[in-house]
Amino acid sequence: MKVLVAVKRVIDYNVKIRVKADHSDVDLTNVKMAMNPFCEIAVEEAVRLKEKGIASEIVAVTVGPKAAQEQLRTALALGADRAIHVATDERVESLAVAKLLKRVADEEQPQLVILGKQAIDTDNNQTGQMLAALTGWGQGTFASKVDVKDGTVDVTREIDGGLQTVALKLPAVVTTDLRLNEPRYAKLPDIMKAKKKPLDTKTPEELGVDIASKVSLLQAEAPAERKGGIKVGSVDELLDKLKNEAKVIS
Amino acid sequence: MSILILADHHDGHLASATAHVVTAAQQIGGDIDILIAGQDVQGVAEQAAKLDGVARVRVADNPVYAHQLAEPLADLLVVLADDYSHVLASSSTTGKNVLPRLAALKDVAAISDILDVVSADTFKRPIYAGNAIATVQSADPLKVITVRGTAFDAAGETGSATIEAVDAVIDNALSSFVDERLEQSERPELSAARVVISGGRGMGNGENFKLLDGIADKLGAAIGASRAAVDAGFVPNDMQVGQTGKIVAPELYIAVGISGAIQHLAGMKDSKVIVAINKDEEAPIFQVADYGLVGDLFQVLPELEGKF
Amino acid sequence: MAEQVEREHMDFDVVIVGAGPSGLAAACRLMQQANEAERELSVCVVEKGSEVGAHILSGAIFEPRALDELFPDWAERGAPLNTPAIRDEVYLLKDDSSARKLPNALVPKTMHNVGTPGAESGRNYVISAGNLCRWLGEQAEELGVETFPGFAAQEVLYDEGGTVRGIITGDMGVGADGEPKDGYMPGMELRAKYTLFAEGARGHLGKRLIERFDLAKGRDPQHYAIGFKELWDVPAERHEPGLVLHGSGWPLDKETHGGFFLYHGENQQVMVGLIVDLAYSNPYLSPFDEFQRLKHHPLLKQYLEGGSRVAYGARAITKGGINCLPKMTFPGGLLIGCDAGTLNFAKIKGLHTAMKSGLVAAETVFEAIQGGDEGGQELTSFTTRWERSWAYRELREAANFGPAIHKYGTVMGGAYNFIDQWLGGKLPAVHDTTPDHAKLEQAAQGRKIDYPKPDGKLSFDKPSSVFLSNTNHEEDQPSHLRLKDPAVPIRDNLPTFDEPAQRYCPVGVYEVIEGDDGQPKFQINFQNCIHCKTCDIKDPAQNIEWVAPEGGGGPNYPNM
Repeated sequence: MKVLVAVKRVIDYNVKIRVKADHSDVDLTNVKMAMNPFCEIAVEEAVRLKEKGIASEIVAVTVGPKAAQEQLRTALALGADRAIHVATDERVESLAVAKLLKRVADEEQPQLVILGKQAIDTDNNQTGQMLAALTGWGQGTFASKVDVKDGTVDVTREIDGGLQTVALKLPAVVTTDLRLNEPRYAKLPDIMKAKKKPLDTKTPEELGVDIASKVSLLQAEAPAERKGGIKVGSVDELLDKLKNEAKVIS
Repeated sequence: MSILILADHHDGHLASATAHVVTAAQQIGGDIDILIAGQDVQGVAEQAAKLDGVARVRVADNPVYAHQLAEPLADLLVVLADDYSHVLASSSTTGKNVLPRLAALKDVAAISDILDVVSADTFKRPIYAGNAIATVQSADPLKVITVRGTAFDAAGETGSATIEAVDAVIDNALSSFVDERLEQSERPELSAARVVISGGRGMGNGENFKLLDGIADKLGAAIGASRAAVDAGFVPNDMQVGQTGKIVAPELYIAVGISGAIQHLAGMKDSKVIVAINKDEEAPIFQVADYGLVGDLFQVLPELEGKF
Repeated sequence: MAEQVEREHMDFDVVIVGAGPSGLAAACRLMQQANEAERELSVCVVEKGSEVGAHILSGAIFEPRALDELFPDWAERGAPLNTPAIRDEVYLLKDDSSARKLPNALVPKTMHNVGTPGAESGRNYVISAGNLCRWLGEQAEELGVETFPGFAAQEVLYDEGGTVRGIITGDMGVGADGEPKDGYMPGMELRAKYTLFAEGARGHLGKRLIERFDLAKGRDPQHYAIGFKELWDVPAERHEPGLVLHGSGWPLDKETHGGFFLYHGENQQVMVGLIVDLAYSNPYLSPFDEFQRLKHHPLLKQYLEGGSRVAYGARAITKGGINCLPKMTFPGGLLIGCDAGTLNFAKIKGLHTAMKSGLVAAETVFEAIQGGDEGGQELTSFTTRWERSWAYRELREAANFGPAIHKYGTVMGGAYNFIDQWLGGKLPAVHDTTPDHAKLEQAAQGRKIDYPKPDGKLSFDKPSSVFLSNTNHEEDQPSHLRLKDPAVPIRDNLPTFDEPAQRYCPVGVYEVIEGDDGQPKFQINFQNCIHCKTCDIKDPAQNIEWVAPEGGGGPNYPNM
């Protein structure tokens, strides 16, 4: 079966972000960018499915600027067979990404689409669910285990307080959580080979998707700095404050 | 304006998060309804009816909703949403699973994890793991929103909403429930815990982390550690709160013997209430703590455990 | 263990270690020549940083001479040289509040950056060396160079005859216990006809090559400094793009040499830094704290106040100059840039000379390969070419600058340099034959320094500083800061020198803490390491060995 994997170029998780002086957005000038960590897990899961003989082809797809091809090349180096770059320099919200991915899925007809559960820049946690809605497929979000069977997939999900396993009819959408797998490192020869693997570029216009968003970013600001509170003199006073003032214990 | 809240519940209990979502809904303004979808949930509906400011509790009692699967829940919400300007849920794994699916089915954006209501169409939400706060405005006719519970107070329980049954019948051929394993006795995950108690280098050694166990048991807290404690080999990496570890935002964070290096602060500064216990009264942790107690943790911890 | 592992290998014509100015200049020049000669040439650059530029930190004032030679059309290609230096000011800080500006006539001519008014020649630029490297990396990729960021060169690959045949990249996915983890990937042999080592100051392979091939024979021991740098957003009214300040004096005492810089760059940002000579003798000196208190001086504060610090980093500088420059050739490879020590300390600039050494190396290597050379030779013709270059001439004229300061102090040494430079390096040679690590006095003779507490506005502590270097290492890996003898720090260094690693490390990697048994314990927080190499240089016992951690680890400097 064919597996489609969506990846996103985001700021590297080690890099501290800072808000632009005019508060219009976060400053990303010359900061290190990387593949979203949850997307790395998605690629790894697809590669493992291929190694097990379950997946026959892995197609990596991204939506973003030209530089995002770097992340597609990474996916190719890790084991994807070919890549699709939906090129745009616009800010694309989750719904528009889901619509673009829906069109790619229409063309590619994958049995499984794997995405990260969220991107570490906008922290939306929406795209996989939205893609599932638009395709009319089942969704296995926050996956910590993926078990493909004949015509179905069992997905174990990390839910508040535990794990839930659901069975989804294929084709289906899976979004990855941190414990699904430990992504591998790309090997040097594979990085070189990845440069020669096919990479198609499409535009949102070609896919017939209007990416304009109804949600506007009015401003970005640094979180309010916490101010120090009070010093308490004893354990009793502390408990009293927690019970009666902060009301966080009872 | 009218608002529908998808309630969280399990084992016949309304989750506390829903009461916080009601407060966010009150700040948006308008009539507030709560949807309880599940199987044998009459008791949950009665609990929800007590929440202040709620007009109606709508109950969809059907085995298809028993396990809160996204596909039937989203389909149900699609049917109901036409009567509302806003659909809200908490940022629980259920809310995050269901609401984006609803949004896409309605061809509107979803707004995740709001911290603040600026107006009925404008909200603040964290981006970049809380290192920036975005103010976003939605021009969609329907606003689909998940709410970070700890950012809003819980609504009171003096109300008496009417309870009505929803008769929409939804079929689900896409997904089915296999099983569920909830952790009963074990401590909660760091990133999901309501209370976190963390130890730093001041704990002295790994053995002393046991002093935190009793308090964690009493409060249902997760146990974390500062990087310094991890680096010193007291506890394993996966307990680390901070830069390369986990970001936590519990309702109560208790920092014990932690000086408050910026890496650690970055990992816990979104906590609602921070308590610091440290013998060094100059420790930077006190600059962010709501309640600071200067003292020897080896005396304070046993006393705290006894009195919690 | 390296001997037992069957490693995969890849073959290249040239492997370059380090995507810095010299390595990338060499890579680009090699490809330019190959393209011109219509010859296939495989050139590979390995870089331990997570991306090109991630580990680059420099002032920097850039003299574009070597870049002009490499890419005469650099402006059209969008090289990030956006801020010409418009005014030089040099100060002597007398104490924490007063400063004397040196009249222009007394400023050594090597410190002039503005050039002739109206003319392009002699004009230098305030740049980010990291961004210059990012740009050079793009040029290299376009020319067909294979660049591999996130891969550390861990070992030199020798053949049976001891000739350098390439490098071995570091293993990935080894746990702290030394055992392979899930996803373990053994390092690869990258074999090459010629290997260029361009790791920057105190490269860990360069250090071994110098030892193995006795490259420093007959030279003075190499000398180093540690350079700190911070990037600040400043209010518009305090920003004057192109203004260049240098100075010396306070807060360093008379026995400690060094100087500060403050450059007004683009994007309403100021770069401020302090260079502290690692030949300092007081074991209680903390270069980091010297830098932090420096910023409170009114001369610097006037620009920084009301601004906010956005980046922090530090890096060792190879500053010995020509007296210390090792032989740069050995069978199968070349040592170039700051890995050898091509920095011109009189100009406090090394980018242009490093790049020039890369260009000369590229020309030498290409000529050899083009002539049918199958590799592994000692390219002695490099030395001839290098010694004929303008870069070498510059270094020769500056030969006495560093040693004179070591010998006569910053002020008198500066005067000596002033005269020497006007004479074009004709004064009698000065040598400094004591290595920096041997300069440390015992704690009993040292003077404890009571540094002021950081105010959180102009000055900061180490944890909040390392936070702004975006440093990370995979935590579950063996420490890359190795102690030859683990007992030395507590047994010897602590009583004798009050373990100076606690103070010279710019990010607090080394701590002496109380262990379980109540005894002092030496703690190495290697995850914080910003790869400055100061510990490898300054440890009085020469007991700390810096080796490359898992590729991709270390700082992620933006715009540094």
